Amino acid sequence: MSITRYRINRRHLMAGAGATLVSLGPVSRAFAQGAPLKVGVLLPRSGAQAGIGQDCYRAVEIAPGLLKDLGLPALQIMGADTETNVDTSRSQAEKLIAEGAQLLVGAFDSGQSSAIAQVAEQKGIPFVINIAAAPPITEQGYKFVFRNFPTAPMILGDAFANQKEIFEAAGSAPKTAVFMHVNDTFGTAMAGGVGAVMPKFNMSYTIAQTISYDPTARDLSVEVAKAKSANADVLIMVSRLNDAILITRELVKQRWTPQGVLSMGPGWYEDQYLKTLGKLGDGPLSFVPWYDPNKKLSKALEAAHTKAYPEIMLNTNHVYTFEALLVAADAYKRAGSADPKALADAIRKTNITDNVSTGPGIQFNEKGQNDKLKNSAIQNRGGKLVTVAPKTAANAKAEFPMTPYDKRG
Amino acid sequence: MPFEIYLNVAAAGVLTGLVYGLMALGLSVIFGVIRVVNFAHGEMMAIAMYIAVTLFAAFKLDPLLMMVPIAVVLFAFGYLLQAHLINPFINRPEHSQFMLLVGIGIIILNTLLMIFGPDAKNVQTSYAFDSYQVGPLIIDATKAYAGGAAILVSAALFAFFRFTLVGQAIRACADNYTGALVVGLNVQQLYALTFGLGSACVGAAGAMIVLFIDVTPPLGPAYTLLAFLIVITGGLGSMPGALVGGVLIGVTEAMAGLLFTPSAKSMFSFALLVIVLLFRPQGLLGTSAR
Amino acid sequence: MTSLVFADIPVRGWVALIVAAVLLLLVPPFANDYVITVLVLIFYFAFTGQAWNIMMGFAGQLSLGHAFYVGLGAYAAAALYVHFGIGPWIGMLAGILISAWCGAVVGFLAFRFGVGGVYFAILTIAFAEFARIGFDHFRWVGGSSGLFLPVAQFKHNDLWSLRGNPTMFYYVMFGLMVAALIVCRALLRSRLGFYWQAIREDEHAARALGINTFRCKMIAVVISSGMTSIAGVVFAFYYNNLFPEQTFHISKSIEIILGPIIGGIGTLIGPIIGAFVLTGLSEGLLDVLATLKITVPGAKQVFYGVCLIIVIILMPNGIWPPLARALGLTERPERKP
Repeated sequence: MSITRYRINRRHLMAGAGATLVSLGPVSRAFAQGAPLKVGVLLPRSGAQAGIGQDCYRAVEIAPGLLKDLGLPALQIMGADTETNVDTSRSQAEKLIAEGAQLLVGAFDSGQSSAIAQVAEQKGIPFVINIAAAPPITEQGYKFVFRNFPTAPMILGDAFANQKEIFEAAGSAPKTAVFMHVNDTFGTAMAGGVGAVMPKFNMSYTIAQTISYDPTARDLSVEVAKAKSANADVLIMVSRLNDAILITRELVKQRWTPQGVLSMGPGWYEDQYLKTLGKLGDGPLSFVPWYDPNKKLSKALEAAHTKAYPEIMLNTNHVYTFEALLVAADAYKRAGSADPKALADAIRKTNITDNVSTGPGIQFNEKGQNDKLKNSAIQNRGGKLVTVAPKTAANAKAEFPMTPYDKRG
Repeated sequence: MPFEIYLNVAAAGVLTGLVYGLMALGLSVIFGVIRVVNFAHGEMMAIAMYIAVTLFAAFKLDPLLMMVPIAVVLFAFGYLLQAHLINPFINRPEHSQFMLLVGIGIIILNTLLMIFGPDAKNVQTSYAFDSYQVGPLIIDATKAYAGGAAILVSAALFAFFRFTLVGQAIRACADNYTGALVVGLNVQQLYALTFGLGSACVGAAGAMIVLFIDVTPPLGPAYTLLAFLIVITGGLGSMPGALVGGVLIGVTEAMAGLLFTPSAKSMFSFALLVIVLLFRPQGLLGTSAR
Repeated sequence: MTSLVFADIPVRGWVALIVAAVLLLLVPPFANDYVITVLVLIFYFAFTGQAWNIMMGFAGQLSLGHAFYVGLGAYAAAALYVHFGIGPWIGMLAGILISAWCGAVVGFLAFRFGVGGVYFAILTIAFAEFARIGFDHFRWVGGSSGLFLPVAQFKHNDLWSLRGNPTMFYYVMFGLMVAALIVCRALLRSRLGFYWQAIREDEHAARALGINTFRCKMIAVVISSGMTSIAGVVFAFYYNNLFPEQTFHISKSIEIILGPIIGGIGTLIGPIIGAFVLTGLSEGLLDVLATLKITVPGAKQVFYGVCLIIVIILMPNGIWPPLARALGLTERPERKP
């Protein structure tokens, strides 16, 4: 048929044209060395994840000053909104590259990051993922995709290790737990991982019941009632911010205080949680990717952040978005050029020990994953956050069990 | 599982169901009389919730007290919307109405996003964490008040439609459009009034719901769908039907969440909808003529 | 057959179609990947809009849950590929079968039990939501963590496994869009097409004339759902990951129907024009707002909503009918009274 023949002809022409364009690319880009690196930042600034995307963007705004102080080259930020939509993520990534982006950073959500990763890989433009926990993204054999964020199994493993440390220090370990998780990408990844990871740690407790709830649920009274009826010592949670607030309210109203709330995800430590619940917000332990408060750069980041946003506490969104930009600037300096292949190679050899996140620093394995990241345990105390584990990255001792809700004046 | 759990969950389901029922009542009134499919119903409730949040944040005014002013504001909004924008679409095919209201919904949602930002907002009254213990039952205070308010507002609405001239006129338009015209009723204005009333219902429901549910800009569509579920299950054109439908869906979802896995509890509501649509399309309390 | 499809098109129409087709075919070598990506999206919406149009424009049933069929096709083909290594074109057959069967179930339930109008629309939403929640718990295809297809490479285009760079998908979607157009024209001009139009205009009268309305409506639903699933298959292999929350979400269903409604329900060119106008509008607004330095998130969607309302108020039958009349591209010669 005529269309098939037509297509084959096109492919030959296209290959030739493509080769020409590609060969022109690096030349024009390398020529721009010394100029700021054009970094495309893709985040969900509208749509369902707008709150988180806008929060991540705060780090983008304070990064330039900090990077300059570190003696790193300047970055020219080209921002784009993924609209919490996979189609938009893909077309916006293409758009940024067409407009000259030499490196991409983003995109918080695993689905959207996957779409962008494919575009980046296909175009040969390095893509540094700030936050996305689904393991498959770095299992595809990509050469241009890097993730400086732990995968769900990593978060789980460190959570169990930190919990053991805390129980030992407190002299009290729970025997039963009820595990409640939101039924979305992150929640199910964590739930799935528990079965594989928990046995390796010989935890003192067994999970009596697992309860999954709908991410769009607005009313969690039934779920909490079910959890309460399991009569467990502790409540293990994977939730988001809104759920955390709802669940805490239900815990108070249904008059149940577990020995501890062990959260392995966002929500329970966020500003809005603490502000909304006041005294009732103290106590939960969150086992999350965090920053090491004792590191020099952490202190600098915290200072800059507090100056720019006095009402907002430094959190995972800010830390990892900042580190993605740090990786970009550091690689640019070492590569000496903005050629994408050179940048990718430089990123692969990254070794930043003077960083912010917990752990030995930022390095990438051959799959582009930073598998050395460590996760911390933080606790809500007096409306603020303290880091209670691991010992090397802590600045306070954990309070376990937590004070019952009805005794908090 | 101990017996109290079932009781508590069922009680909570009934109370929230009443508030959902009030929201659905607004839709039932609008659809039952004007036959316009209000796909922006949930977004209008979001507006009411945001007004309640703002008033509370600025003046510490309890949403239940502000229920009437908020309902009035939504009444005006609905009235103007119907009179100026929606009226020409009454006799147009469903997809046109759908498109118009989807467009309105998008505008409302994103305007709220631009004004209030994406973070969830809530109203934390002094009794936000209270619960009453009645024997084995632990009843959430906010839900109790909201449920009670829902009953009051619904009763007021029933009385309006039964006993006032305007209410009877509106029912006449619903029953027989041509007849109403013949008799000399100003149908256009009555339609606008009806839309306003439906919006006022949604406004009152919003003021109640904000006591126990946080508001975010994309909250609307899920509640529009819920309103439709309730209205169809309970029966179009039947006001008690909307409340009964609301309670039924509220309790069904709650019990399903308790007995099975909570993340799948919505499936039961949809299954209930499909069964009702197939075997009793006029709804549980609806009249046969559609 | 050719007379069925190609008759009664004015010469102007031929010229316009051929010029448009040639222009679109020539785009890839000259445009950057951003433009190609946007056009792939446009062709996708044109195709699914066309498929949806069969149910709505031809048989008069408003479906607000078409993402259900997209998702079924996508998951069927993707699951077969991930678990058994079966290529997408074969997987597509499975997708079409499953989708068409589900469409038949929806249609049967609706038509046998007399569910129409808004009630039918809500029924379709219910099915899509059912699928969304159901697939969230369906472990074999990944549940809510998503189904990831192994992404091989982009160096060469493997048409059989649908692995390749955007340009390959460009031509695949373009081909599908053209095929949909031809199929729809053939359907519309066949006897079945006339039966459909009769049912759409007045179902009771049609039944009085002896048309088996149940059978005709069922065929429309089955064809529509089967066709839609094809787009789902390509979608799965283009994005290489599927999440029930996104694939079956009601916003996806709404995206599908915007094109045909804005372009013109019941017309053949309507869905295509609608897809171009809406996606172009969406991307264009981004650029306009960027130049005006309005970066508030949500602003673009507000303008988008305003445009939707303006179009539906001013052009209730869609953009294509008045445009076609103005350009003299209407199908049959106007009857002089």
